[in-house]
Amino acid sequence: MAILKLTINNKPVAADVDPQMPLLWVIRDVVGLTGTKFGCGIAQCGACTVHLNGNPVRSCSLPVSAAVGQKITTIEGLSPNADHAVQRAWIAHQVPQCGYCQSGQIMSAVALLKQTPTPTDADIDAAMQGNICRCGTYNRIRDAIHTAAAELKNSAPTAKPATLETTGQR
Amino acid sequence: MKTPLTPQSVDRRDFLKTAGLTGAAFALGLSAVRSAGIADVLNLSGAATAPASLTPYILIEPSGQITIMNPKPEIGQGTYQSIPSLIAEELEVSLDTVIIKPTGGEAAFGGQVVGGSSSIRGSYTRLRKVGASAREMLLQAAGQQWNVPVAECMAENGTIIHKPSGKKLTYGQLAETAAKLPVPTNPTLKDPKDFKILGKNTPRPDVPMKSSGQAMFGIDAKTPGMVYASVARCAVIGSKLVGFDAAASLKIKGVQQAVTVERVLGKNRYEGVAIIADTYWAAKQGRDALKITWDHQGFDAFNTADYEKKLRDLARTDGVQGHNSGEFDKVFAESSAQVEAFYETPMVSHSTMEPMNALAHWQPGDKVEVWVSSQGPDLTKGEMARVLGIPQDNVTVHIMFNGGGFGRRLSQDFATEAALLSKAVGKPVKVVWTREDDTQLGPFRPMTFSAMRGALSADGKAVALQHKVISPSIDATMREKYDQTKADGTMIEGTDEQKYEIANLNTRYVFADLHIPLTYWRAVTSTTLAFAHECFIDEMAVKAGQDPMAFRLAMLTKNSDTKRVLTKLREVSNWDKPLPSGWGRGVAQWEFFAGLAAQVVEVSKLPGGGVKVEKVYCVIDLGTVVNPDMVKAQTEGCIAMALTAANKDGITFVNGRSVQANFDTNQMLRINEMPKIEVHILAEGGPVIKGVGEPGLPPLAPALGNAVFAAIGKRVRKLPFDLAKV
Repeated sequence: MAILKLTINNKPVAADVDPQMPLLWVIRDVVGLTGTKFGCGIAQCGACTVHLNGNPVRSCSLPVSAAVGQKITTIEGLSPNADHAVQRAWIAHQVPQCGYCQSGQIMSAVALLKQTPTPTDADIDAAMQGNICRCGTYNRIRDAIHTAAAELKNSAPTAKPATLETTGQR
Repeated sequence: MKTPLTPQSVDRRDFLKTAGLTGAAFALGLSAVRSAGIADVLNLSGAATAPASLTPYILIEPSGQITIMNPKPEIGQGTYQSIPSLIAEELEVSLDTVIIKPTGGEAAFGGQVVGGSSSIRGSYTRLRKVGASAREMLLQAAGQQWNVPVAECMAENGTIIHKPSGKKLTYGQLAETAAKLPVPTNPTLKDPKDFKILGKNTPRPDVPMKSSGQAMFGIDAKTPGMVYASVARCAVIGSKLVGFDAAASLKIKGVQQAVTVERVLGKNRYEGVAIIADTYWAAKQGRDALKITWDHQGFDAFNTADYEKKLRDLARTDGVQGHNSGEFDKVFAESSAQVEAFYETPMVSHSTMEPMNALAHWQPGDKVEVWVSSQGPDLTKGEMARVLGIPQDNVTVHIMFNGGGFGRRLSQDFATEAALLSKAVGKPVKVVWTREDDTQLGPFRPMTFSAMRGALSADGKAVALQHKVISPSIDATMREKYDQTKADGTMIEGTDEQKYEIANLNTRYVFADLHIPLTYWRAVTSTTLAFAHECFIDEMAVKAGQDPMAFRLAMLTKNSDTKRVLTKLREVSNWDKPLPSGWGRGVAQWEFFAGLAAQVVEVSKLPGGGVKVEKVYCVIDLGTVVNPDMVKAQTEGCIAMALTAANKDGITFVNGRSVQANFDTNQMLRINEMPKIEVHILAEGGPVIKGVGEPGLPPLAPALGNAVFAAIGKRVRKLPFDLAKV
């Protein structure tokens, strides 16, 4: 065990845990942020997706020690009022059914749009293939990503969308 | 949106206490009697003196805050919106102004199980009457208060308005007066043309919570003093625990203790060893360090390949008769155009994205409190009481958002496991299954094999059909008593419900014993039997040299919902227009306990072999629709789930263990494999309301199989099959 210093959603967190403990369980059980979900434990389903310096990672398979000194963002830290363009698009398209996988889907989608602001269907297939949705919301996920991309593009010249990165809040 | 982030169940006493404290609260409820006339709508405003068997659905506080109790757990199907909307519509309140709270299995609410696509069908009129009665009482209260005729008043958006004067009173202001009035014996329901919520694409109040990580699922529940458990159970199902050594486990930091625990699943009791720890991760590490000796009792010799052979052998026996009309044997024997085929399907897992879990707290006085993702708070309550040997009143159930259900969360093995552990260790215990536990331990959807025989008349009409199902049985694996002398209704479901006018129809059931636990799955055995039945209808059409759609419609001369659905599907799928070269299309329909849907699947031939699913057209017949967008979402989900079942792994056993363990070996459909989908809803009124959650599933596999035949001339008779290699 060791005291590990982490930055989760721009807040410093000190966790006295086994350095090998997957980041997922530190986030959920130690820090108490439950929006990030456990689905498989072997990086096959994407329910546990969080951002490490803006890049999507499967937190179920990442030892917490590897996240020390990095900027960790969870679904709770995506935007100050849960109003990121991707989240708004998710609501507009009524994407979630059971909803369990959707935190991970949204984190993957946000990372995709950061990398590829105007994704094609093939880009979406490539970026989102790691996230399983057993309820079968895939077509709505695809539509919502296109909607969010269009919105982000329209708002880009004047103002960036209100995300953690731009507001520095939380 | 004023909704709690957790769909926390309200303890009935707290609920009534709240009513009592606020003094003027107005509460209206229904008795548990399902045959409910309006006599069952009872005024419960005198909460303290209300009969113990009653619980209110609507609570109006003097502040105007309205709470609607939702008896149907949200598992993704949308009952968190659709069920309260039945009350809100008649009450004339907007859903985004009310608090929605789940019930906790109290007997007064009647059946609270979500399954069989029954939630809307079972609640539509009943819950509208609850809302309408409350509205009429509020109108009457306003009339009294203003001393004006009730006819001059109207209800709108949580207020009563006196039309001539424009005076207004909120429901909160009227609650005290309304509460003293008798309940109307026959409230007037709104004319559907005046609906503001029902029949419209109303947004779901749980969607914002589920898009921000705030929705609380069973796995997210917490209570002070809680510890975690991970349980080692033998993947060779049926093994007995001989002994274990937890020395290495107990050395892991955070591990508290090791205890044995039973998983109770119907008649089955499976022993396991639980590691109790401060965190889930420590519990899991401790579990992995256990040294356990199991006695496999011979079950390690079980292989599905052998079992499949056994089913094929059993297919030569007659079994027991299900349905019979006409003289199948005679007509078949005398026909010069006979068709025979044998179809096979596998067991499959439910694989809800949220693995099985529960948090339970055993408390003094033999009481227990449980926080759980469950498809029925009443099921949870009953099973906890049975397994723990306590009265149901001693069980408090908090229903959380379910991270998928699909029938898996009708079983309560995970909930009772948590309770037994909490009782054993004297602390609240949260049990979390690994994905491997979830995949390998069942219960599974049963496999069914089908021996099909049919005969055509000289003019190419189907005149005789026999569907013989050979399979293990859900009931036999779960219940103590099972009657093999009767055809198992669940295992031959739907085989005699198709509307085709085939004069000689015979259905049969051949029972096969199995030690693996089986249970309901989304659309249950209709998902496998429709594959055999509707592919075989295609085989008969081919034998008759007819177009598969025309062949079906020719067997539907009388008016029926099936005829309407297929006629609509023919039109919307452009069935009679040619497809691009290398494409093929197939059709299938299925009517069963949950409802009726039909689909056309289009596939294209891939250059390197195999096919790609291009598009699925679906027509679903409902009679009445509450939320069209939700119906579309459910149907899209059914199609995705059916594609996984048709084309992915299925569950197979080698040496007693499921070969599939996690999502690497038990693969699910992914976004790149999702076809375009077009859903058409038939909602033309009428007395019958049909289900939504399941009917989109059964037609998919046969429509796909028929499309593959149309595209490449290969008849698929065994699921799963690989699209790339077919």
